[in-house]
Amino acid sequence: MLWSLYGNVLVQGILTGLVYGLMALGLSVIFGVVRVVNFAHGEFAVVAMYAAFVLFKQFGLDPFVSLLPIAAAFFVLGYGLQRTLINPFVSRPEHEQFILLVGLAIILVNGSLMVFGPDARSVNLPYSFDSWMIGEIIVDKVRVFAAIAALAVASLLFAFFRFTQTGVAIRACADNLVGAAVVGLDVKRLYALTFGLGMACVGAAGALMVTLTDATPMIAPAFTLLAFTIVIIGGMGSMAGAVVGGLLIGVVEAMASLVIAPSMKTMVSFGLLVLILALRPQGLLGRRA
Amino acid sequence: MTSDKTFSRRAVIAGAGAVLAAPAVVKAQAQVLKIANLVPRSGFFAQAGQSMHRGALASPALLAELGYKVEIVHIDTESNADVARTQAERAINDGCHVITGAFDSGHTLAIAQVAEQRQIPFVVNVAAAPQITEQGYKYLVRNFQTGGQLVTNGLRLIKDVTDAKGIKLETAVFLHANDTFGTAQRGAMDAIWPRVNLPIKLVESIAYDPRAQDLSVEVTKIRSINPDLVMCVTRASDAIKMVRDMVRQRFQPKAIISPGSPGFYDEEFYQALGPLADFLLFGLPWVNPKSAMSQAFEKAFQKANPNNRFAPDGFNAGFTFEGFLIAAEGFKKAGTTNGPQLMEAIRGVNIAEHVMIGGPIQFDAKGQNVNIGSAMIQNIKRTPTVVFPSAVAVTEPVLPLPAWQGRS
Repeated sequence: MLWSLYGNVLVQGILTGLVYGLMALGLSVIFGVVRVVNFAHGEFAVVAMYAAFVLFKQFGLDPFVSLLPIAAAFFVLGYGLQRTLINPFVSRPEHEQFILLVGLAIILVNGSLMVFGPDARSVNLPYSFDSWMIGEIIVDKVRVFAAIAALAVASLLFAFFRFTQTGVAIRACADNLVGAAVVGLDVKRLYALTFGLGMACVGAAGALMVTLTDATPMIAPAFTLLAFTIVIIGGMGSMAGAVVGGLLIGVVEAMASLVIAPSMKTMVSFGLLVLILALRPQGLLGRRA
Repeated sequence: MTSDKTFSRRAVIAGAGAVLAAPAVVKAQAQVLKIANLVPRSGFFAQAGQSMHRGALASPALLAELGYKVEIVHIDTESNADVARTQAERAINDGCHVITGAFDSGHTLAIAQVAEQRQIPFVVNVAAAPQITEQGYKYLVRNFQTGGQLVTNGLRLIKDVTDAKGIKLETAVFLHANDTFGTAQRGAMDAIWPRVNLPIKLVESIAYDPRAQDLSVEVTKIRSINPDLVMCVTRASDAIKMVRDMVRQRFQPKAIISPGSPGFYDEEFYQALGPLADFLLFGLPWVNPKSAMSQAFEKAFQKANPNNRFAPDGFNAGFTFEGFLIAAEGFKKAGTTNGPQLMEAIRGVNIAEHVMIGGPIQFDAKGQNVNIGSAMIQNIKRTPTVVFPSAVAVTEPVLPLPAWQGRS
């Protein structure tokens, strides 16, 4: 029946969109505070996918469990990267930041290729191929788990920024850097914490993504582009915007596949991007500069 | 003391000419054929390129056993047509006498232009775009089927294998990638389907983006149509997504058959899907399991690549080897590496003993191998296995497709 077809596609779009949202959240957090655009975002996500793959193959660790140590490791990695490599570039022109991060992206992709080769690496969980039938709607178990985990990670991040002193301090840095420095906040440390948090999101998203799709070095640019599209639609620097943008892209792409043609879904999401840039340049939930 | 020797202007020019021509003379008299093998070992097509590279690593030993003297230069085209063009130029400048490659049709056409300009033979090992042999290139031969031939042979094999098993398929959906290869296959399918008189109604053709994260919507759409047969043009990564979403959505067609595309036979496909990779079918030119040279090549492959199975690499490795074999046979006939003479000899080869299914390797006036065959292959115990035609088959096909659930 037609309604069940649309219902199935809508559910798939929502579930996939939530994971997309988590993927973009890290990019949004980093840009919102540090004002550095992480052009190696997708490449880091792929490294996280490989980390989840290795933990699964070597220790049988389910990616829904391994996302915790991976997120922690990525937090440390992000913290260290910000303090050593990124920080000197924060106040430099954007094109220098761009060159640095694109260089990093190239190293990550080719490093992955050297270590893991070009073949797709997959994680087959006992429930990877299971689904629930709800009436005529089929819901993939693994997509539901990934969406719930994505929501949980996003909620934790929101709570951190809303209810902890460090989170409030980071928001203060984002709102007024000079003011934050004047009242004695350690801006460099807070920047490093933010970069670490953003990278933890990427790590968690990568671990979730490997349950839905296979890890190959070549999907990294697609992830970066996807995250950029979502963040621009949602509003650069807006955490809620990243989640809303992810959901929107997930649903729009799924419905476009059905109504127009599957091969046109990327075109439709870029059409949406252009439309939002034209009507609301700051994004759906972004603030005017 | 003065010398009575004088140098006329003409003598000086002749001498300079001789010096400049010397490398060409030396090249023409080379005892070893230097072959540049251009394949995409990194980038989007890296999986196939690496598979071809493994074939290239295995080839010299067998070629030497067969009495051919070749040196192979391994070059990565990085899945980029511009890089393929530049690297072809570089290989020729570095003294390569022949180019082989290049898996992707776009890369192949880019290299063909360079080979033509520099009058260096180009033996195409894998590339299906019809225009490769339709644009009048004089320095090119292709040891692979055109997209149209792949589809025609693939569809004929569907009819033959379903007839042989007494299976009736009433409806079909065609799912294809929207890349250059997939779109060309769609064009061939649109043109050829009405002519092959298959007793199956083609209900819909669906194009998908091979870089998409999943194919859940595409599969939902196919499931709503519920065809008996799903025909597909995929590569390994999207073939994995397709099967995975079919299983998750509990969609069970009577058969899944690719009428001429890669994807189902790659090691990553078997690794990702395990037993779910079994019983899918594909019609393709394939390694002849009954040929003595195939068996010798398999041994050479295993020696050169002890960590890889030959069967999943056989298609790419086999065509890679045959590319070298054609060039080497041409060199043996011509006795020179001079481009025009070598090309003439390559165009005139007649190689009865080779690796892939089909008659002797012979090229028509356009440089197309006219005797290249196809077979129906089925994944059995995660190994691509020839099941049709019976002359080259090693086992019986399994049809209809056994249920996804309960496989072990």
